[in-house]
Amino acid sequence: MIQFERVSKRYDNSHDALKEVSFDIAPEELVFLTGHSGAGKSTLLRLIMLMERPSRGRVVVNGQDLASCGRRAIPRHRQSIGVVFQNHKLLMGRSVYDNVALPLQIAGFEHRDIDRRVSAALDKVGLLHREQAMPMSLSGGEQQRVGIARAVVRRPSILLADEPTGNLDPELSAEIMKLFVDFSRVGVTVLIASHDLALISRLRHRILTLRDGRLVAPGTARGNA
Amino acid sequence: MATPKRSKGARPRRQSLLARWRGWQHHHGQSAAESLAKVLGQPLGSLLTWLVMGIALALPTGLWLMLDNLAAVSRNLDSPAQLTVFLDAAMDAGGATELARSVGGRDDVFSSQFLDRDQALASFVADAAMADLAAGLDENPLPHQLIVTPRSEDPEAVARLSAELAALAEVESVLVDTAWLQRLERLMRLGRRAVQILGALLLLAVVLVLGNTIRLAIEGRRDEIVIIKLVGGTDAFVRRPLLYTGLWFGLGGGIVAALLVTAGTLLLSPLVRDLAATYGSNFTLRGLGVIDSLQLVLLGAVLGLAGAWLAVARHLRAIEPR
Repeated sequence: MIQFERVSKRYDNSHDALKEVSFDIAPEELVFLTGHSGAGKSTLLRLIMLMERPSRGRVVVNGQDLASCGRRAIPRHRQSIGVVFQNHKLLMGRSVYDNVALPLQIAGFEHRDIDRRVSAALDKVGLLHREQAMPMSLSGGEQQRVGIARAVVRRPSILLADEPTGNLDPELSAEIMKLFVDFSRVGVTVLIASHDLALISRLRHRILTLRDGRLVAPGTARGNA
Repeated sequence: MATPKRSKGARPRRQSLLARWRGWQHHHGQSAAESLAKVLGQPLGSLLTWLVMGIALALPTGLWLMLDNLAAVSRNLDSPAQLTVFLDAAMDAGGATELARSVGGRDDVFSSQFLDRDQALASFVADAAMADLAAGLDENPLPHQLIVTPRSEDPEAVARLSAELAALAEVESVLVDTAWLQRLERLMRLGRRAVQILGALLLLAVVLVLGNTIRLAIEGRRDEIVIIKLVGGTDAFVRRPLLYTGLWFGLGGGIVAALLVTAGTLLLSPLVRDLAATYGSNFTLRGLGVIDSLQLVLLGAVLGLAGAWLAVARHLRAIEPR
């Protein structure tokens, strides 16, 4: 579902963010991506989302070589991927409902469908009762769950998460991780970047570890969650 | 992804065209409503933009209207073609009267009126400004005159009559009074062209002002635009509310312009009526009609859209998720 073939990314300041990274994530697999900060986790996710282009190598997502995806095709590519951001990236001036509805609006869904799907997604993350609240009035954990609802509302086949438990206490973190595990069980390919080793090693899924831009443990052992 | 079972229509790309069309319509409606709310939410800033646009649109419109009225005045003038025939200085009043009668008998002359030189001086002096000038004269410099009105207003016929009258022995010279009308017509043409140039410049200014306003709106929504692009928003999707913002500013500017021109017309109209009355005319100032006003509002809207488009095309591309 997500393939990296000898992918390198060098930024302008000649800093190599990724060096010769290769891996393959199968459909419906849940994979963790770990490494200390600056190891290249974010760069890797950004390459999948086409926020960056690789300097060398090939990235294939959902069967499409991203090199063939031009500027105008980026929106469609991003629509097929659900992304949970570390800093939530919610529209602060809009209600929880509007935030979650955004991907559906972009895709041109009908009003009725939007209603139904937003309710379902918010229900899934346990925030149905906060539909009309503004993101500002929510706690960090709640905001993160709104971000998750927004990422999955369009039922993408791929779900990316960048430090989804970054600022949350262990109990909340475990709850959020459980959500991701649930999604992977219903057929979504999930890739989660996280430095919370204690938490992710407990979950017994494949772990990709980055160190200074290189993949050090091309883990293939796949545990059962 | 709320439930494991995938209901029909779950795949994003399987949406029917009709559903997408409805969704698209809905987003248009929503963009329009939200951008209007935002424009109205900052009444002072929006009012300033509307005023700037309104004034810039009202200026050329007002000038154009003025020229239009002037054209109407010049059309209303009686006997546009009139010949003033200056007779030889040696001619006495009796001979002049005789000549007036014979000229008046011509087929191509409607009327011929003898104007005595003393009479001419008297009417000349009646104008206060000229009185001082005339007081310095030892004797009346004016010759006897005939005021001849041709039957036809055709310029060629008038010119022929003028030439024939000038050829008469008793006639010193013939002044065709259409000359000043032609000059007025040329002046008006010049005025129209000047207004066109001024108008074009001001329209450009309106577009640029709007473009700048929208650029600020884009800056103000930078975070929002980044997020929308991150979750797959197309350029068109991001553009839509901004174009509507431009449309609202433009519409408002057009309305302000129509109101300004109408107010100006109302202010000037009694003065014009007074002035016209001194000429014994019942001329009234023509203001903007309903259709003209609507056109002005429409023009404002188009300019607003154009300005927004300009700004969006220039600045939106620069905002990419980093």
